[in-house]
Amino acid sequence: MTLFIEQCLNGLQFGLLLFMLAAGLTLVFGIMDLVNLAHGSLYMIGAYFAATFTAWTGSFLLGVAIALGGTLLVGMAVEVIVMRRLYGRDHLDHVLATFGLILFFDESVRLIWGPAGLSLPLPSWLNAPVQILPGIYYSAYKLSIIIVSLAVAAGLYFLVMRTRIGMLIRAGASNREMVGALGVNIKLLYTLVFGLGAALAGLAGLMQAPILTVQIGMGEIIIILAFVITVIGGIGSIRGAFVAAIFVGLIDTLGRSYFTDLIRLAFSKETAATAAPALSSMLIYLLMAVVLVVRPEGLFSAGQK
Amino acid sequence: MKGWLNARNVFIAIVLVALTLLPVYAGITGDRFVVTLFTRIIILAIAATSLNLILGYGGMMSFGHAAYLGIGGYAVGIFAHEGIYSGFIQWPVALIMSALFALVIGALSLRTRGVYFIMITLAFAQMAYYVVAGLARYGGDDGLTIYKRSDFAGLVNLSNKTFFYYFCLIVLYACIYIVWRLVNSRFGLVIQGVRSNETRMRAIGFPTYRYRLVCFVIAGTMCGLAGALVANHTDFVSPAMMYWTRSGDLIVMVVLGGMGSLFGPLFGAVALLVLEEVLSGVTEYWQIILGPLLLLVVLFARGGIDGLLGKVRHA
Amino acid sequence: MPDLLQVDNLAKRFGGIVATDELSINISEGELHAVIGPNGAGKTTLISQLSGQLVPDSGRIRFDGNDITAVPMHARSALGLARTFQITSLFLDLSVLDNVALAVQARAGHSFRFWRNARREPELREPARAALDRVGLGARTHLPTSALSHGEHRQIELAMALASKPRMLLLDEPMAGLGPEESARMVAMLRELKKELTILLVEHDMEAVFALADRITVLVYGRVIASGKPEDIRNNTQVRDAYLGEQEAVHG
Repeated sequence: MTLFIEQCLNGLQFGLLLFMLAAGLTLVFGIMDLVNLAHGSLYMIGAYFAATFTAWTGSFLLGVAIALGGTLLVGMAVEVIVMRRLYGRDHLDHVLATFGLILFFDESVRLIWGPAGLSLPLPSWLNAPVQILPGIYYSAYKLSIIIVSLAVAAGLYFLVMRTRIGMLIRAGASNREMVGALGVNIKLLYTLVFGLGAALAGLAGLMQAPILTVQIGMGEIIIILAFVITVIGGIGSIRGAFVAAIFVGLIDTLGRSYFTDLIRLAFSKETAATAAPALSSMLIYLLMAVVLVVRPEGLFSAGQK
Repeated sequence: MKGWLNARNVFIAIVLVALTLLPVYAGITGDRFVVTLFTRIIILAIAATSLNLILGYGGMMSFGHAAYLGIGGYAVGIFAHEGIYSGFIQWPVALIMSALFALVIGALSLRTRGVYFIMITLAFAQMAYYVVAGLARYGGDDGLTIYKRSDFAGLVNLSNKTFFYYFCLIVLYACIYIVWRLVNSRFGLVIQGVRSNETRMRAIGFPTYRYRLVCFVIAGTMCGLAGALVANHTDFVSPAMMYWTRSGDLIVMVVLGGMGSLFGPLFGAVALLVLEEVLSGVTEYWQIILGPLLLLVVLFARGGIDGLLGKVRHA
Repeated sequence: MPDLLQVDNLAKRFGGIVATDELSINISEGELHAVIGPNGAGKTTLISQLSGQLVPDSGRIRFDGNDITAVPMHARSALGLARTFQITSLFLDLSVLDNVALAVQARAGHSFRFWRNARREPELREPARAALDRVGLGARTHLPTSALSHGEHRQIELAMALASKPRMLLLDEPMAGLGPEESARMVAMLRELKKELTILLVEHDMEAVFALADRITVLVYGRVIASGKPEDIRNNTQVRDAYLGEQEAVHG
């Protein structure tokens, strides 16, 4: 039972991380109609910046704050230099151009930091188990990920639902031309939205850095999952991304641990270790296939297209 | 025919002659590596040609095409691992498995459009990647070594470097020929019409879904053949062959060479891989150049190499 | 003459908007029946439902006695019902002849033929050439469609509809965007076609409508407000108020 609760929390934590990645993706796609494969690169940059700046400043919090700012800047620069030329073009062009960006970023990271990857050690004050329920302990850091992510999700909700900018974002997600026709400074709006997406991706990247990985190619691994979540949740819908991400996070984590146990009953430990992740991934893709068949616009689609 | 002598056709002729004479050049200069490099280029050109059929001619942006390389390759690899080296068993299975996979993926994906289609083909290919990576018996993540190349009852010797090169070259020429006949046939015109304006095709009376599905299966099967060739070329298969970024590489080849042109995929494969060789000699960080280069091609030279050739006019 | 097309109580809504409101209309074989009405009257929606692109919420469509309400778009052309599009919808990157030949090919059996060069098949190319000759584009068949003018595109649209050897044509504003000379040519063309085909003509160009129509139906907000011979429609006060009045004011 303890294990189950822990696994659920792990799944929730992973899901929230995925949500932040998917939220940026779905915003950018919903508002600018831009397919950005290089979103995962911003995730990677967030992680690398966090590891580097934490080492430089000696402070975890300071390093993380600078990293977030840095990723935001990189995101906005990418928007101004590259993305602006892609708006309105065929999706194939987006895919190719952002694929080129992935190559560029991967190699740039390799050039600057070398091929080996980095590590980001946890500060001691976060590296302790916390008692969340009588007798049940959970890592303080993972708990803080959950708390921060939920805060960010709440902040996003507030931003999108209760502010002027959020209204523009929602309007843009369901009718792009109208927002432009209303005289809003579209260029600035787009840069800000893209920057927001980049910051979210960077935040996800830096949060997982101490417990998962900081390596080249980490963006490519997770971006597919982010796209799947976007499709399941409905393009342009942050609420959809939230629900879908939690679902996917839980399926992936619970799937891995329980499939491992299941398979170990009949097969060897090695077989279980390699087969379980495969099965839980398959389950996620199967879910996407079912959603696409039953409700092709996604569960909470914003309505455009 | 007056129209035949233009920049494009001259270029094609040069490339074909050069490829055919390559082993002779290698024999004279003693440069064995160039044969290995160009064998790889030719095999990937076959894969790119198959992708061009659905992407360039059919307008179907599949981001999961590398999956068929893996399926064809693993068909050969798995049989070899179990001690069955006969090509007469391995290769038909490679083709049939690729066709079946394409049938299932296509049947589900082709009901969607645009970015959903891209995502769903990508996701299914990743699913195949995870399945293969999950097969501990066949190497899992580490891949599978193949100790003996496909044996066709002694009729052909695939272990001979030069012979294998010409074998692949003939398969490439055959595939290009097949694509040529396909795209100009009734079937091909339907596919091209659907790419051009699907609503109109339905309005004038074509049940477009089934034609696209058949096209998708043909393309997948041809790529499975390329996969079987890869397995024999590298004597090794791994899930990395099917990773989604490899599908991206194939798309790059098709676009770079010129979508919807017969020889575009070949040009694209040659360009990409030769560029890779040349650039990595200059700097080990050559992808920093390739990335922006791709961007520039997308923005300014969408027709690819074939498109640029078409623009060359003689006085 | 018997009715070739019978539409009974067709209805279609888009969210809160009623596009087609209990619409009934009957078209006899061999007549040219015009459908007119102000913008937003639901004329294109009607054609889309007749051609199968849109599925009506309720009502029935019968063609040659058979209920085709549930028949999919691609099958209706096989039954002899062809449509043109208000906004030109051609295969711009293919040649003019390719465009029309595809329309022929759709009716020439299945297309799972993978080997023979379809551009060399006389049973596909000849009828296409004939249809293009008929609309006056015989000399321009080899050109890429994107190279032709808008007026010529409208002619190709017509040729494509003719190439499938239909019994009935659904024409959605064939005059749209045509200058006076091209319009006159189109009217002459339609007058010729009237002799062999049944035509449902949706149009704004009143000169053309009154020159060609055997009967006219007037649509306002998706509902039929009048239907009958041209003189009756011209004199119908309701129609004048709703629609023709504005037109006459414009044409002065």
